[in-house]
Amino acid sequence: MATQTPSPAPAPGPKINRIGLPIIDYRGGKSTLCAGCGHNAISERIIDAMYEMGVEPERVMKMSGIGCSSKSPAYFMSRSHSFNSVHGRMPSVSTGAILANHTNMLLGVSGDGDTASIGVGQFVHMMRRNLPMIYIIEDNGVYGLTKGQFSATADLGSKLKTGVINDLPAIDTCALAIQLGATFVGRSFSGDKKQLLSMLKAAIAHKGTVMLDVISPCVTFNDHEGSTKSYKFMQDHDEPVNEVGFVASFEDIEVDYDSGQVYEVEMHDGSSLRLRKLQEDYDPTNRANAVKTLMEAEANHEVLTGVFYIDTEKPTFTDQLNMVDEPLATLPESLTRPPKETLDQLMKALQ
Amino acid sequence: MATGDLALGQEQGAISTQERVVNNFSINVATVNGSGSQSANSVLLKSIFGMGVPVSGKNLFPSNIAGLPTWYIIRASKDGYVARTREIEFLVALNPETAKSDVMALPAGAVAIYEENANLKQFRDDIFCYPVPFDKITAAVCPEAKLRKLVKNMVYVGVVAQLLSIDLGVVEASVKKQFAKKQKVFDLNFGAVKAGFDFAQEKLVKQDPFVIEKMNQTAGKIIIDGNAACGMGAVFAGVTVVAWYPITPSTSLIEATTDLLKKYRVTPEGKATFAVVQAEDELAAIGMVLGAGWAGARSMTSTSGPGISLMGEFAGLGYYAEIPGVIFDVQRTGPSTGMPTRTQQSDLLSTAFLSHGDTKHVLLLPGSVKECFEFGYEAFNLAERLQTPIFVLTDLDLGMNNWMSEPFAYPEKPLDRGKVLSKEELDKLGGFARYKDVDGDAIGYRTLPGTKHSKAAYFTRGSGHNSSAGYTEKPDEYQEVMERLSRKFDNARKLVPAPVVIKNGTSRVGFLAFGTTDFALGESLDQIKKEYNKDVDYMRIRAYPFAHEIHDFVASHERVYVVEQNRDAQLQSLLKLDLPADQVVKLRSILNYNGLPIDARTITEEFATKEGL
Repeated sequence: MATQTPSPAPAPGPKINRIGLPIIDYRGGKSTLCAGCGHNAISERIIDAMYEMGVEPERVMKMSGIGCSSKSPAYFMSRSHSFNSVHGRMPSVSTGAILANHTNMLLGVSGDGDTASIGVGQFVHMMRRNLPMIYIIEDNGVYGLTKGQFSATADLGSKLKTGVINDLPAIDTCALAIQLGATFVGRSFSGDKKQLLSMLKAAIAHKGTVMLDVISPCVTFNDHEGSTKSYKFMQDHDEPVNEVGFVASFEDIEVDYDSGQVYEVEMHDGSSLRLRKLQEDYDPTNRANAVKTLMEAEANHEVLTGVFYIDTEKPTFTDQLNMVDEPLATLPESLTRPPKETLDQLMKALQ
Repeated sequence: MATGDLALGQEQGAISTQERVVNNFSINVATVNGSGSQSANSVLLKSIFGMGVPVSGKNLFPSNIAGLPTWYIIRASKDGYVARTREIEFLVALNPETAKSDVMALPAGAVAIYEENANLKQFRDDIFCYPVPFDKITAAVCPEAKLRKLVKNMVYVGVVAQLLSIDLGVVEASVKKQFAKKQKVFDLNFGAVKAGFDFAQEKLVKQDPFVIEKMNQTAGKIIIDGNAACGMGAVFAGVTVVAWYPITPSTSLIEATTDLLKKYRVTPEGKATFAVVQAEDELAAIGMVLGAGWAGARSMTSTSGPGISLMGEFAGLGYYAEIPGVIFDVQRTGPSTGMPTRTQQSDLLSTAFLSHGDTKHVLLLPGSVKECFEFGYEAFNLAERLQTPIFVLTDLDLGMNNWMSEPFAYPEKPLDRGKVLSKEELDKLGGFARYKDVDGDAIGYRTLPGTKHSKAAYFTRGSGHNSSAGYTEKPDEYQEVMERLSRKFDNARKLVPAPVVIKNGTSRVGFLAFGTTDFALGESLDQIKKEYNKDVDYMRIRAYPFAHEIHDFVASHERVYVVEQNRDAQLQSLLKLDLPADQVVKLRSILNYNGLPIDARTITEEFATKEGL
């Protein structure tokens, strides 16, 4: 009788996601930002979210403006096309790009200077259009590359390292985005892995403008005592309005929950966004209340996080343009150049 | 009474029976803007065209919605001249505000038609006056009081037609075309034309020498404005993304484009093969154009001087990151807001070098509506071939006025989509370096986002980059890209529309010009020949960077007059940068920059003075 030698168990292959890609296919170049910069943590969460959602990297268009935040698309998803544009103008470039190919997906990373100061004009109009895009503000309240001046999201009374006190009110990009028509608006903190990852996954499932303001401390210029965008300040003042849970359409997870305690939002792709109520009866579908809540929190010096507003029904900008299903960029000449007879007709009418 | 005034004409013994002036004069219709005279002017223009007489029309309008003076000038020219003339022989004075100065500006022997109670004859005894009771005639044919302001315009069409012997049937056809398919509107308007015509026939005695006689010079020709022609060019180039911000005088270019897209670029299922976006400003418009061009669309915008200024930063990004896009610039009078409804060729320098750093752009310079169409589609081929923004510079005169033209020819060549690598090509190549000069033509290969290949992606940036699109601050890597861009620009000389030799004989003197200056310069050449018996050579420039033929033209002449419509001799400045030092000294300038289109007489006089003729 032959002795059976047990064959060794096959070496486990690399872990892959639902489209068969390992996480390394979602990584980017080595970050050149400061060690401990909140932006690096956000890049990591983007990688995780894209990997877990099984987004094809080739479909993603990574967009940015100018600033520390806007450099970060180089540090994730190297298999995606990327466009580091000019300061404050990411929205218009993104608009053009999605019109050229609306089968792609836009992921934009901006900063508080890039969005709320030089770029506020384009930001406003992009929100208004409900352009299908994930728009992330990596918000640290200061200009890093020019050595630490206040930005327009710096809170009233916050202090620079040099001792300068900010005496102007902050622009609340979330309140602004809700008022203007963005359909998925939330705030998170680069240090809150769980909340940020859930919000990013839900953002991927959403159709329309997702505006996420992510407080992302600048360890070099704005992480000191007196700053309202420091790690310490966020740990002390972060007040979630809801606990963000996300179940992707392809996940087979049954979770029991008390429907009185959870807002369940069915997303466009069949995924489910579950927002556990932490603040008394916070309704994330009520625009006016969302803005009111944000304004009250500001008065109380609280930093609210969570999903403030969501609308899964409103048509997106690309829907409204009623374009053909194929990308405009690659339409054949037969569809884009009218025939000779058309020109002849036009000429005849002008005679 | 009208008849009484007629006698006046006869009493004016000073005006003897003159020779008839046939098909060679200009008509000025002076009205108030917002009074709806545009349709009437168009009918008059097209009626002369319908008589087979070469004709052109110019709208001199204010930057205002209603209530300010506006003039529409129609030039009938048996010789086919279409430029503005200094003197206007036939005035329809319907604006009381300007009536006196309009009449005072007429040359002796000219004609003035006016509302009878205006009594303009008191100012001049050396012109022919035709008082017409416009309000009475209008009231009789238009019972609805609120329409009378509009209908009155058609009455003068009838009066003018009768006085100039324009066939009423031809006018009827023009009115019919103007109000296609709207029978009621046609009836009302043609009724007014007829009433004016009948009045003139019954009550006015023709005194003046001006007549329109049938010719056959317009058969098969079309009439179109430059903006519509540019838009048509874009549509036949297969434009897919249009982003724009309203600005005079470019708005009608986008409107024409949009109308054609809606009509001819919708699938049987009702889906659009295009997207048009009215942006929040010109910065956003050019940003959208570049985003769309980057992602593979044929994209365009249209603007004028102030918009060009705003587009500066993005234009540099387009140049440096090598992104296709087409920008139409319908130039108006600058600087700053300037005179928005007046013409000029003064964006040449600012557009050629639009943006900071070592940036330069390809400019196309159409000189006719036909070229508006041709360059309108060629711009898209060049943008994708050269991977750079292409600027098409027209001006208000070309863009907003009606011009006669040969019909446009269908572009038979397939679209040139430039160097774009597909998935299959990437499979074969295994990868690519975005900014590498693989073919020796200084143009790299690009990929479009969405290409399903793991090596398709690259990083687009306006910051320093190397030939693989990687971020760099290394001197040699940065310089390599900049040098290639310079070679690419130099190669563009051979790809852009070549200059047109209008005349190149044995003259030692030559003219260089571009765009709408051509209309006056062509006429001036004839004047110089006729009045001074002198032949002068002429080359019309159609693009920047300059083709080598332009260098040769300068080299083969002793003196070269650069005729252009700006104060600072911008074309001459560009030529000076391009030409060898010993050639630069040959250049002289003839300039016109008062906001009105240049006329032949100005060129002829200045040339004669400078040449000592």
